[in-house]
Amino acid sequence: MKELSSLERNFDEAYSGLTPYAALEEANRCLFCYDAPCIQACPTSINVPSFIKKIASGNLKGSAKVILDANPVGASCARVCPTEELCEGACVLNHAEKPIKIGDLQRHATDWAMVNDIELFESAPNNGKKIAIIGSGPAGLSAARELRRFGYAVTMYEAEEKAGGLNQYGIVSFRLPQHIVQWEVEQVKKLGVDIKTNHRVGDNISVEELINNYDRILLAVGMNTVPMLGIEGETLNGVYDAIDFVKSTKRTITNDLIGKSVAVIGAGNTAIDAATCSVRLGAAQVQIIYRRTINEMTAYPFEYDFAKQEGVEFRWLSLPKRIIGDEEGNVIGLECVKMELGEEVDGKAKLHEVKDSNYIMQVDAVIRAIGQTRHQALIEQFGLKHNSGIVEVDPITLQTSNPKIFACGDVIYGNGYGDATVVSAAQQGKDCANIIHQQFNNISEIA
Amino acid sequence: MADLRINLAGIESPNPFWLASAPPTNSGYQVQRAFEAGWGGAVWKTLGDPILNVSSRFAAVSFNGQQVAGFNNIELITDRPLEVNLKEIYETKKKFPNHAIIASLMVEPKQEKWHEIVKRVEDVGVDGFELNFGCPHGMAERGMGSASGQVPALVEKQTAWAKEVATKPVIVKLTPNITDITVTAEAAVQGCADAISMINTINSLAGVDLNTWNTIPHVAGKGAHGGYCGPAVKPIALNMVGECARNKHINVPISGIGGISSWQDAAEFLLMGATGVQVCTAAMHHGFSIVEDMIDGLNNYLDEKGLKSVMDLVGRTVPKYSDWGNLDLNYKIVADINNEVCINCNKCHIACEDTSHQCIERYTDHDTGKPMLKVREEDCVGCNLCSIVCPVDGAITMKELPQTLPSMTWNERQALHHAFAKNK
Repeated sequence: MKELSSLERNFDEAYSGLTPYAALEEANRCLFCYDAPCIQACPTSINVPSFIKKIASGNLKGSAKVILDANPVGASCARVCPTEELCEGACVLNHAEKPIKIGDLQRHATDWAMVNDIELFESAPNNGKKIAIIGSGPAGLSAARELRRFGYAVTMYEAEEKAGGLNQYGIVSFRLPQHIVQWEVEQVKKLGVDIKTNHRVGDNISVEELINNYDRILLAVGMNTVPMLGIEGETLNGVYDAIDFVKSTKRTITNDLIGKSVAVIGAGNTAIDAATCSVRLGAAQVQIIYRRTINEMTAYPFEYDFAKQEGVEFRWLSLPKRIIGDEEGNVIGLECVKMELGEEVDGKAKLHEVKDSNYIMQVDAVIRAIGQTRHQALIEQFGLKHNSGIVEVDPITLQTSNPKIFACGDVIYGNGYGDATVVSAAQQGKDCANIIHQQFNNISEIA
Repeated sequence: MADLRINLAGIESPNPFWLASAPPTNSGYQVQRAFEAGWGGAVWKTLGDPILNVSSRFAAVSFNGQQVAGFNNIELITDRPLEVNLKEIYETKKKFPNHAIIASLMVEPKQEKWHEIVKRVEDVGVDGFELNFGCPHGMAERGMGSASGQVPALVEKQTAWAKEVATKPVIVKLTPNITDITVTAEAAVQGCADAISMINTINSLAGVDLNTWNTIPHVAGKGAHGGYCGPAVKPIALNMVGECARNKHINVPISGIGGISSWQDAAEFLLMGATGVQVCTAAMHHGFSIVEDMIDGLNNYLDEKGLKSVMDLVGRTVPKYSDWGNLDLNYKIVADINNEVCINCNKCHIACEDTSHQCIERYTDHDTGKPMLKVREEDCVGCNLCSIVCPVDGAITMKELPQTLPSMTWNERQALHHAFAKNK
């Protein structure tokens, strides 16, 4: 029992944030640039110098409002945004010494709002229009809040037990604690959004009902499970889908992995989460198996650094060929083959297997983290045009092939469109709300 | 190693750094610690009839997270019996014979009072006196401190009374709470002061508590003005020193006081005409050890400038300090932006655009696509604002333009106008 509780503590937030002293000192370091590049680098265009100056002046309420006005999931983004690629990467102080810790300051201000339970936004009087949002992740939440502020009646349909989507289930708790996500959900609820959890569209409510009962529908269902590797042994006990694996830690922390050896297949954001999760579940050895090299890895540098600090090992240029089980059907090994990078085709080096380089690793668990499949069945029930499960939208209006149905977030990510960050999803949610409102306004103007 | 010794109106000390008359020089214990740390002299906290102090005495002003940008106090002169102070002065002087101990004095403006205290204090071996005509709070309400320091006749008379019996040099400490400090400085000289020191603190209220609406500081919910000092007052003090130094009627040495926190500040006061400096707030903020870098930094600076003695610095900038009417109207500088060093915070642009002369333009470099800034020199008035707000060293320099017209000051211009009008 004692062991379990110490494992649970491993899932507390890893970083405790800035002390008030450090926050003030850091806020005062901000130059308050004119036409600041950090604002431009933020997908949600948070007025960064403004919120930082408000921290410096002790106006934390104002600071939190600037952040959350631009980004309804600003408390989550303060923790999970790849800031070195965005605001902090654009900070002019990169050229002088080191950038302002914008993410940490954002967390400082939003934490204040959370701790003090301040209500920052109000909904407008109902305007008589009804919107259904499918999926309550960052895109859906963001759209819902904005639509309520315009006065729409908003109902959200969430298949899971709790709202929050990727933020709730897909990001490890020691990076993004669940109570942060639930606070953001709560803010949206307080504006009068009806969030129906445990409602899977297609099961509990039909697509037709939605189309008939709502003026507009917003599809923000994100992505689906991790695809199969397509190798032998994938159904053995001890083979996990990384998304399910991370999600399972949100309910209970088990001691199944204590002392075990874990192989994570893939080197993206989710692979890092699955690997560090395994470490914190007590695994003795955690290895990330990736067929390419560190240069092609899609995890961010800060995620890679974090994984290294946690003790995760990386095996580059290794392709899994077979998962090996014992007679009881439990994983005992993983066979890989060495890869080599060949000539470049379209800027990407071709991969070749190195002949006779097969080797077997002794592992007790294998976690698949090679991307995610799409909610193709649902998309087809709505009759929307899509490209291998990626919903096609008008890049300006985010309208799908059915003009009453909009889509945003990961459900439209791919084929060179957008990126899979929480902050981009939040912006798309805002964009959808704005466009829907604009279109209704235009119609009434015409009438 | 340059010679850091100074001689201020006959008072010698191993270096120009004295502790000002204030809480740091309240007792023998403190002054001895200061001398051990390296301070060259100390002006003992003002002696007089022991007073009663209030609790809650100091307050400070922070600016953008910088603590103690300014400092405010409502403490009065010594609250210890005169005999105790005299005994400790005697012991300290015996232990540190080469360090300067100056006794700050404040009594009622009566001849016999001044005679009595000067005699008693001189007996214990002080190197000089500093007459406190500056303290702006509390004592002023009793007709002492700045109340007498604001009346030139009282300054002159009291200085003369002290001088009647003193055999050691007498420094007169002046208040800045006056329209023109050269008037009281001249009065001190008329009273035969051997030197003057400035500035004492400036009337101030440090702040208001936004939760209780009490003043900062407050004593049981009530406040009273205090005296302001610390880095924020340095420019005010430097000007007053400069004004006295360049006044030909004020021909006595000056001990510079006001916001001195580093060897650079001290060097500026010396260049502006002070023979030595006194420090308080910086020591109260960081302790006595700050004098180590003051000595070391000043030494290195003098070596770098090839000066053998710190006295060679004294007054070097005074001839360069004058009235506005003597400034050349035809001298022109303009801002020059080095885009290689610039980090593109655009602070210069918005400062110029919103609050100055709208002459810094933003543009994108054709080849690199990089954001750039340039100065429209014909519209630049050389105000310096852009270079002041620029956070990066070397990104903006103010460059001199070749002078196309001969030098012409306002005074010269007016003189020409008058001459022209007369001749007409």
